[in-house]
Amino acid sequence: MSGRRNETSATTARGSIRRQLFVQLLAVAAILSLAFFLIVREVAGRVAEATQDDILAASATSIADSLRFEGGEVTLDLPYSALSMLGTINEDRVFYRIVADGRTLTGYDDLPQARPSATAPRPQFATFDYRGDRVRAVTLLRPVGSGSTPVQVAVSVAQTRLGMAAISARITSIATAIGVGFFVVATALSLLAARSALSPLARMTLSVTRRGPADLRPLRTAAPRELVPFVDALNGFMARLRTALGQSEDFITEAAHRVRTPLATLRAQAEVTYRKLERPEHRQALREMIRAIDESARSAGQMLDHAMVTLRTDSVAHETVRLDELVRETCDRFAPTAGLKDIEIVTELPPAPVVLAGDRILLQNALHNVLDNAVKYSPADSTITVRLSAEPGAPRRVRLSVADQGRGFDGRDLKQLTRRFSRGSNVGDIVGSGLGLTIADEVARAHGGHLDISENSPGAGACIALVLPSA
Amino acid sequence: MRFLLIEDNERLASAIAERLRLDGHAVDHATTLSAARECLDAAAFDLILLDIMLPDGDGRQFLAGQRRARNAIPVIVITARSAVSDRVSLLDLGADDYITKPFEFSELEARCRAVLRRRGGSAANQTSFAGVTLDATRGSLNTGRRIETLRNRELRLLEVLFNAPGQVFSKAQLMDRLFSFSEDVSENAIEVYIARLRKRLGGTDARIETVRGLGYRLVGPR
Ligand SMILES: Nc1ncnc2c1ncn2[C@@H]1O[C@H](COP(=O)(O)OP(=O)(O)O)[C@@H](O)[C@H]1O
Repeated sequence: MSGRRNETSATTARGSIRRQLFVQLLAVAAILSLAFFLIVREVAGRVAEATQDDILAASATSIADSLRFEGGEVTLDLPYSALSMLGTINEDRVFYRIVADGRTLTGYDDLPQARPSATAPRPQFATFDYRGDRVRAVTLLRPVGSGSTPVQVAVSVAQTRLGMAAISARITSIATAIGVGFFVVATALSLLAARSALSPLARMTLSVTRRGPADLRPLRTAAPRELVPFVDALNGFMARLRTALGQSEDFITEAAHRVRTPLATLRAQAEVTYRKLERPEHRQALREMIRAIDESARSAGQMLDHAMVTLRTDSVAHETVRLDELVRETCDRFAPTAGLKDIEIVTELPPAPVVLAGDRILLQNALHNVLDNAVKYSPADSTITVRLSAEPGAPRRVRLSVADQGRGFDGRDLKQLTRRFSRGSNVGDIVGSGLGLTIADEVARAHGGHLDISENSPGAGACIALVLPSA
Repeated sequence: MRFLLIEDNERLASAIAERLRLDGHAVDHATTLSAARECLDAAAFDLILLDIMLPDGDGRQFLAGQRRARNAIPVIVITARSAVSDRVSLLDLGADDYITKPFEFSELEARCRAVLRRRGGSAANQTSFAGVTLDATRGSLNTGRRIETLRNRELRLLEVLFNAPGQVFSKAQLMDRLFSFSEDVSENAIEVYIARLRKRLGGTDARIETVRGLGYRLVGPR
């Protein structure tokens, strides 16, 4: 069980809102760019075509204007300018054909002619292949002559589309460049948008991860409307957690009260009775009883402690702890208990403050259990040395060791000792529940450290050390 | 010493009170906080033993109230709570010390002594015999020529003898005072401590005399 905040998340990420948002924005940008490209190309093409059409129409009109009716014949003096205005563009070839009464007056015989209706004498445009090239052609109908039946003359002018193609190619490349540019800018903006749209989420995450694990107050950061239900759900969950934790602690407290108060009564009465007893066998029997009371009280106490420690190690508060002061206070508190056996607790603390991030109550409890063992397994008139020092060879680690002059371990089963309810083979008739070192070990590990169990050297006895990371 | 015991559990309270009286202390008992306040108004106490779970209020509030009232009587809290969770806040609230239920009376006594010593001691806790003065709170022995600091067990043993000079105490009686129930020691272990005390008292008029087959007693000048 680790109380450390998990480095890796327990949830497997499925999909990413940011990526999704980004991809969607990108798709929109792509569609827009493409549409933009197509529209620009289309419009530009149309404009180019309209320009060509205008010139073609002007050319055809100027030809039509030079038609004469002389002596019942339609004559034409082809104006140079009519064709030169077309020739200005590129190397486009120009074709023309003038037809009067179904007979080609001049020009290319085979140039197809649209057949404009007489009722709508507007120029007719058409695009078709002619002599291996694509051409754009206009056909104009003009009545020539006087009298009641003028001759209908059809003037057609056609031009290849090389210039048009060149223009539209240029327009296309410009449109492509603009489209690509638009897409690039849109991509960058999408990235920014996706990030900034999610920034409230990042802010909220930060404000949750920054708080201490015991901090179950509701989240108060302002959230965008869409996130409000989520924040509410989170706050509701934390409220439930708070109650549940509170109930567990209350339960442990209540259980302790229920167990310990009758035991205390029993023990006090037994002590009173013991004082009044004379016969050695009675006294011996009562001693056994009192020991049994002590043993059950101790076991109950340590089990409740263990439950409390487990509850707390799941969420180690990382407050700033002055470890040196904590050690001094705890040892001072313990001195009267040790004094009953004339055991002296000597503390060796460094001159400078030792600070670490952790849970005061847990650390105190761990040290308490280790000290309790030391006193328990030590003979009268001995010394227990509590030393707080830098861990040799490990920067930013401190070693809090408790060395006694007691029976030590038989050099065996050191690894077993931190297991729950495991007791050493060296215990003899000393009461215990096998939870003390378990608690100390769990506290050390919850703080990112470990418990070091060794023989006390030099000298005989045990040395139990909490190795902890310092701040 | 005069104790005020604030404890709502009648049976536990009477057992504690009786046990303390066996050691020669005076004990007043209150089951509620209001009764406790009346007691405090009526008499002077050396120490308050306070259970923090009480029917008419949290003992911790009483504690905080006492501290605000600048009542200088030291308080030792008796708690049934987990050894872990309460300590810090109890001390923050101004308790001088705490002891978890169930407890050994010798430990309670040791804690009371430590608290009184921290508070500067009281003259009432000195006993003199044959020109030798024992200060139980400070744990010192004034022989008139020198002041000896006694170890815990020496002190407890000598205290028994000083409180009843001339009375014979059996080895068993003395051992009860010295050793906890969890220790299995032979009766001869007491002789080690008697020998140490004789050395401490050397050169004074007070002597510890062996009464053959019965035990020991404190006697004055021959
Ligand atoms: N200071 C010590 N000296 C000798 N043995 C010790 C000491 N501390 C712990 N041990 C050994 O480690 C075992 C486990 O300790 P712990 O978990 O506190 O249980 P217990 O309640 O039996 O003391 C003990 O049973 C004992 O064998």
